Amino acid sequence: MGIFDVYLLEALINGVLLGGVLALLSLGLNLVFGVIDVVWICYAELIMLGMYAMYFLSRVYHAPMVLAAAICIVTVGVLGVLLHVVVIAPLLGAAPINQLLATGGVLFFLQSAATILFGIEFKNLGVRLPVLKVAGMFISYARLLAFGAALIGMVLVYLFLRRTYTGTAIRAIAQDRQIMTLMGVDSRRIYVITSALGGGLAGLAACLLVLQYDVHPFVGLTFGPITFLICVLGGLGNFGGGFVAAFVFAEIISVGGLYLDLEWGYVFAFAFFIAMMFVRPQGLLARRS
Amino acid sequence: MSRWPRWIAGAALVALPFVYHAPYPLHIAILILIWSFAYTSWSAMGRFGLTSLGHGGFMGTGAYVTALLWNRGGVSPWLGIPVALLAGALLAVLVAYPCFRYRITGHYFALVTLALGGIVLQVITATRDYTGGSLGYTPERYQGGSSLYALQFSGKTTWYLIALAVWAAGLYVWYRVDGSMLRYALEAISEDEDAAAATGVHVTAEKLKITVVSAAMTALAGALYCQYQMFISPDTVSGISVSLQMVFAAVVGGLYVALGPTVGAVITILMAEVLRISVGTRAVGWDNLVYGALLVVFIVFLPKGILGTVLAHRQR
Amino acid sequence: MLELTRVRAGYGSFQALFDVSLEVRRGEAVGVIGPNGAGKTTLMRVISGLIRPTAGSIVMERVDLLATPPHRIVEIGIAHVPESRRLFPRMTVEDNLKMGGFLPAARPKARRRFDFVYELFPLLRERRRQLAGSMSGGEQQMCAIGRALMSEPKLLLLDEPSAGLAPVVVDLVFALVQRIRAGGVTVLIVEQNVQQVLRIVDRAYVLKAGSIRAAGAAAELRDSAIIREAYLGV
Repeated sequence: MGIFDVYLLEALINGVLLGGVLALLSLGLNLVFGVIDVVWICYAELIMLGMYAMYFLSRVYHAPMVLAAAICIVTVGVLGVLLHVVVIAPLLGAAPINQLLATGGVLFFLQSAATILFGIEFKNLGVRLPVLKVAGMFISYARLLAFGAALIGMVLVYLFLRRTYTGTAIRAIAQDRQIMTLMGVDSRRIYVITSALGGGLAGLAACLLVLQYDVHPFVGLTFGPITFLICVLGGLGNFGGGFVAAFVFAEIISVGGLYLDLEWGYVFAFAFFIAMMFVRPQGLLARRS
Repeated sequence: MSRWPRWIAGAALVALPFVYHAPYPLHIAILILIWSFAYTSWSAMGRFGLTSLGHGGFMGTGAYVTALLWNRGGVSPWLGIPVALLAGALLAVLVAYPCFRYRITGHYFALVTLALGGIVLQVITATRDYTGGSLGYTPERYQGGSSLYALQFSGKTTWYLIALAVWAAGLYVWYRVDGSMLRYALEAISEDEDAAAATGVHVTAEKLKITVVSAAMTALAGALYCQYQMFISPDTVSGISVSLQMVFAAVVGGLYVALGPTVGAVITILMAEVLRISVGTRAVGWDNLVYGALLVVFIVFLPKGILGTVLAHRQR
Repeated sequence: MLELTRVRAGYGSFQALFDVSLEVRRGEAVGVIGPNGAGKTTLMRVISGLIRPTAGSIVMERVDLLATPPHRIVEIGIAHVPESRRLFPRMTVEDNLKMGGFLPAARPKARRRFDFVYELFPLLRERRRQLAGSMSGGEQQMCAIGRALMSEPKLLLLDEPSAGLAPVVVDLVFALVQRIRAGGVTVLIVEQNVQQVLRIVDRAYVLKAGSIRAAGAAAELRDSAIIREAYLGV
């Protein structure tokens, strides 16, 4: 096997590992959109706050990793609920553009709040996880861990949606909002639960991303656009589509980044996205009623 | 309404820098005019339900293409700006055509354009060998002082007049669209796309027209900003924050009235400036924090925008 | 059991119901018949809380329904099978039924309720893993009725259960409604299919242009002139 192929294979594997985390990101956003019909433009900023939570808990207060992660997930989940109750709920009857913009205002707010509270320096956990050497390839342990945890998180959400009554109601409300009261379901309660779940997923994503990336107030701008593209390509509110799209994009970013910079990986992903709109628009429009 | 108040207001605006030329207020006035023009450009399409969250991409294209052509190729902005407008329009067609052709509307369109703005920022950062990346970029000074050829002026009055002219041109375009058949077609489309198509409106073409106009105007705003400030960075002319800023200002001012975006620019820029001066030096970020919070409050309580609300009250 | 007094309701400026009064007694099967646009669906929606009346009162076993939040009306024992069924099309039959038993009070009894519904509609047991949207109209109607029965209601509201179904299937659905009623569930059914519905109900009300025009025992109404007038407009 030539050296070129080893690098390519390594990039492909890293792509799969990245795909897991991206799938997790898109799942949270999709869940909120599918149920509440609102896009959280500030979704990536919730992740940023979660990354800071991890940083402080682990680096400053020396909490054990698992405990820090648990607190981080709960904290961002609560932020999701706050976002819903304070910003989204009053706007549920308003024009969709206003809902988008309000969460955009929250984006500004969170970015600057982070700047004020934490400064603009890049911060990291300062833990160096080992790098696995397999057949001449370097696979970062942090990425493997992130991939595994993302998969476990997604399986848990899947089981929650399939097995519990609340989970079933979350899936049902995405299909027929009006008749939920006939089932005895209080939609407002389901919205709050979904927001907590969406926030919690952002929190989990934060725990995993902070293992690999430095955190700074504008780190959300790195993950935000790509998450939105994944959700649109997979079909907003379509969990399966988002899952597949996440891996496709991750491969493009990873393999594209192999030859050029990571930013070029994003550019390729966007070009691919535009091309896909021409080739398979029905994939984009799937499930839109 | 009589045309006289409009002419008097116009004359007063033209006369302003000759009467009162303290540099700082004039600087703010120029910024307000340039951004007003950008916000008006956005609202040209935004008012028809075409919520683009990616206009920062067009602004960045306009600024960087102009600056790069000047620095790398020695191309005068007089040629560079038209090329930049073309680039902005091309980018718009590239992204908007498939969106419109395949009925990607509402949330979907907003997110696609949002990603577009983010990607332009990534491209600028990625091509750091040419653009200076996130550190920013400066057009080279042409033999020091002012030059018409290089579109560089040291005097603020000249810039004020240029910005005023461009801003007025932006309003003119707004009114032209407002009085055209295009407006009726687009309003029909924003009400019900299928019904509009059924009555013979070419939905894709009409939407594309206004998008190209809007994108090219925004690119011009970017080029102008670049020539005036003589410094651009990805964060100030492109990316999600700039895109959102445009939408906010238009919504805050009022989306459906010609001067709405201008009112929005005056309010948001003055607000940001006051906040920056009063707290900015002590703690970075406070200005944007209050800005963001106020925007949320505005959207929740004044969905019609300030000017829109005022006019609606007066009509009663 | 259920009593509506001078209920007025509508959508925006459009008024659909004018002072409708109606009563359903325990164990009865009551029909509401009338032409298209008479306000039948509005009547059902008002009872189950999907829309709020502008005047009047609705009382179910001494509970004021207008003082009850809409999502708690199921708890009182009213299950509504909505017009055109409104199943969750991309969920399985089983999940649809599960949603019918969403109430916390119904959850411990879920196993029994599933058995009850599957016994009533053996076909649903076969199809329980199938997506509800992929079934035929008749099967969907059974699933919708089954979903409503999951909450163990005292009163079942049926809105046009025969709409869009083949005649053979309509017979089947009406036969099942009779069985449900024989099992002790009170039934209020809204129908355009007058002759058939009058065969399975005890009493019926004639609703036209938003108000009750006639009421009486089903047998009496079956041949009466009022029905012909209400339908043919002569």
